[in-house]
Amino acid sequence: MSNPETVPRGSPLHYLMLTLLATSCLLPLVIMTMTSLKTEAQIFDTQWSWLFAPTLDNYRSVVQDNHIERYMLNSLKVSLAATLITLMLGTMCAYAMARFRFLGREPLSYSTLILRTLPPAVLAVPVFVIWSAWGIGDTLSGVVLVYVALNLPFTIWLLYGFIDQLPIELEEAAAIDGCGPFKVFYKIVLPLLKPGLAAAAIFTFRLAWNEFILSFILTNRITRTLPASISNYITDTGVEWGKIMAAGVLIALPPLIFTFVAAKQIITGLTAGAVKG
Amino acid sequence: MTSARLARLTPYIYILPAVLVMLAGLMYPILSAVQLSFYDWSLGTDFETARFVGLDAFVEMLKSEQVWTSMGVTVAFVLIAVSAELVLGVALALFLEKPVRGMRFFRTIFVLPMMIAPICVGLIWRYLFDANFGPVNHAVSWMGLSPQAWLADPVLAFTAMVVTDIWQWTPFVLIMVLAGLQGLDESVMEAARIDGANWWQQIVRVKLPILKPILIVTLLARMIDGFRGLEVIYVMTFGGPGLSTELFSLHIFKAAFISQKLGYSSALSILLLVIVSALSIAILLISNPLKTKARR
Repeated sequence: MSNPETVPRGSPLHYLMLTLLATSCLLPLVIMTMTSLKTEAQIFDTQWSWLFAPTLDNYRSVVQDNHIERYMLNSLKVSLAATLITLMLGTMCAYAMARFRFLGREPLSYSTLILRTLPPAVLAVPVFVIWSAWGIGDTLSGVVLVYVALNLPFTIWLLYGFIDQLPIELEEAAAIDGCGPFKVFYKIVLPLLKPGLAAAAIFTFRLAWNEFILSFILTNRITRTLPASISNYITDTGVEWGKIMAAGVLIALPPLIFTFVAAKQIITGLTAGAVKG
Repeated sequence: MTSARLARLTPYIYILPAVLVMLAGLMYPILSAVQLSFYDWSLGTDFETARFVGLDAFVEMLKSEQVWTSMGVTVAFVLIAVSAELVLGVALALFLEKPVRGMRFFRTIFVLPMMIAPICVGLIWRYLFDANFGPVNHAVSWMGLSPQAWLADPVLAFTAMVVTDIWQWTPFVLIMVLAGLQGLDESVMEAARIDGANWWQQIVRVKLPILKPILIVTLLARMIDGFRGLEVIYVMTFGGPGLSTELFSLHIFKAAFISQKLGYSSALSILLLVIVSALSIAILLISNPLKTKARR
C-alpha cells in the first residue's frame, strides 16, 4: 500500500468523482478566503466576481482596530498549554490502564469512556460559576483547565489503543534488565508511542484552538481567545464581513496546515475505536 | 517505603494527575449542575439569595413548549442530516473503495471541513446563504430561479442548517466506511464472487452486513454530535427565525446566558446529559475498547 508503484491508477470517472467531491469540500473555504481579500464595495456587490484585485486591507484593519494579534497570542498560549498538559496526564493514565491491574481500573475506564461525549453546554453554567469562585474566571489558566479536562477522556482512550498494541515483551525485557516501572515508561514506551502522541496532540490542539462557547463564557475582553473574539465583528448594524472573514481565515489556518502535514494521524484518530471493533 | 508497596502504588501515581483534573474539571461541575437544578437562581445575583425549589425546574422544563420545540428541531435535524450523510457517504465509499493513486491527497482534502473551527463553518455558511449578496443566491439566480431569504424563513433556515451539516460531515462517513472496506477480508469477497453474487448482491448481502457495526457507531456518534453541537448554529442563525433552528444545546446556552435562569438551564443540561450518555453507552455496547482487548 505504501509503495505508490503498486497502487493502480483509477478510471477517469473515478478521478472525476474525487475531483467533484474535493471541489465541494474546498469551495466554501476558497470563498471565505476570497471574501477576506475583497473591499467592502466588492463584498456587497450584487454580482459575484471571481476575478478582482486582492487587498490585505481587512487583515490590516483587524490588527490595527481590533488587535487580533493579542487574541491569537492568547489562543496560541491556551492551545499549547492544553495540548502539553493533556498529553502528559493522558499518556500516564492510559499507560496505567493498559499495563496494570489495580483496584478502581474498571470504574475509571467506564467513567472516562462515557465522559468522552460530555456536551460543552452541560459544563457552561457550573464551570462559569465554579471558576469565578476559585478565582480563575476570566483567566487563561481557567480556559486551559477546562480544555485539558474535556480532552483527557478522548486522549486517554486514543493512547490506550496505541499502548495496547505495543509488544509488552520489550517492557518485560527492560524490567528484567533492572529498569524500574518509571524508567520503562520513559525509555521504552514513550519513544514507541510517537505516532499515537502525534494524533492525540493534533486533536487536543484542534479542540483548544477552535473552541468557542466555553472560552466566550470564561474570558473577558483582554483574555478572549481568537474564536471568541469574532463577536467583535458582529455589531447591531450587521456583520463586518471583510474583517470577520479575515479573522475566520486566521482561525482556520493552523488546522488546515496540520491536516496537510499529518493527514495520516488525523484519519487514525477519527476512525479509532469504531473500525477496530 | 518497601519496594513492594511502591509497586502497588505505581498505577495510582500514574493515574492521579489525570483523575484529579477530570474530577475538578468534569465531575465536580456535573454534580454542581445537579445541585443548581434544584435552585431558582438568576445570573448576576448572589447564590445566597437563590431559592430552593426542589424539582420545580424539571416540572417547568417538561411543561415548556419551547423545550419540546427545541427538542423536536434537534431530533428532526439529527434524523434528516445524519440519514443523508449516511446514504451519501456509503454510496460514495462504495464507488470509491478501490485504492487508486492519489487517494491520500483526496482524503486529506475531505478531512478539511471537519478540522476547521465550527465557528468558521457557521460564518462561511451564513455568508453563503446571505439574502442580498450570498453566493448561494448568485448561483440560484444564475440558474434562472428566484433568490430566497434563506436564513429568514423557518423552513429554509432549517434546510440551510441541514445542508451545512451535510457539507461538513459527509466526508466523515465516507472516511469511516472506506476504512471499514479496506479492512474487509478479500477472501470473503472472492468467495461471494465465486458463488455468483452480482455487484448489487455483493453490496447488500456481504459488504453492508460486515460494515454494520461501523455504520451504527458512525450513526450514534453523529447523533451525539447533533445534541452536543451549538457553535455552527450560534453564528449562523442563533436559533432563529423563531425557534426553527434552535438546537437543544443552544437552547440551554440561551436559557442560562440570555434568560439568565441558571437553575432552570441546569435542569435542561441534566436532561441533555442523560440523552447523550444513553447514546454513548449504546456505542460502548457495540464497540468497547475494554472488551476488544479481552477477546484477543
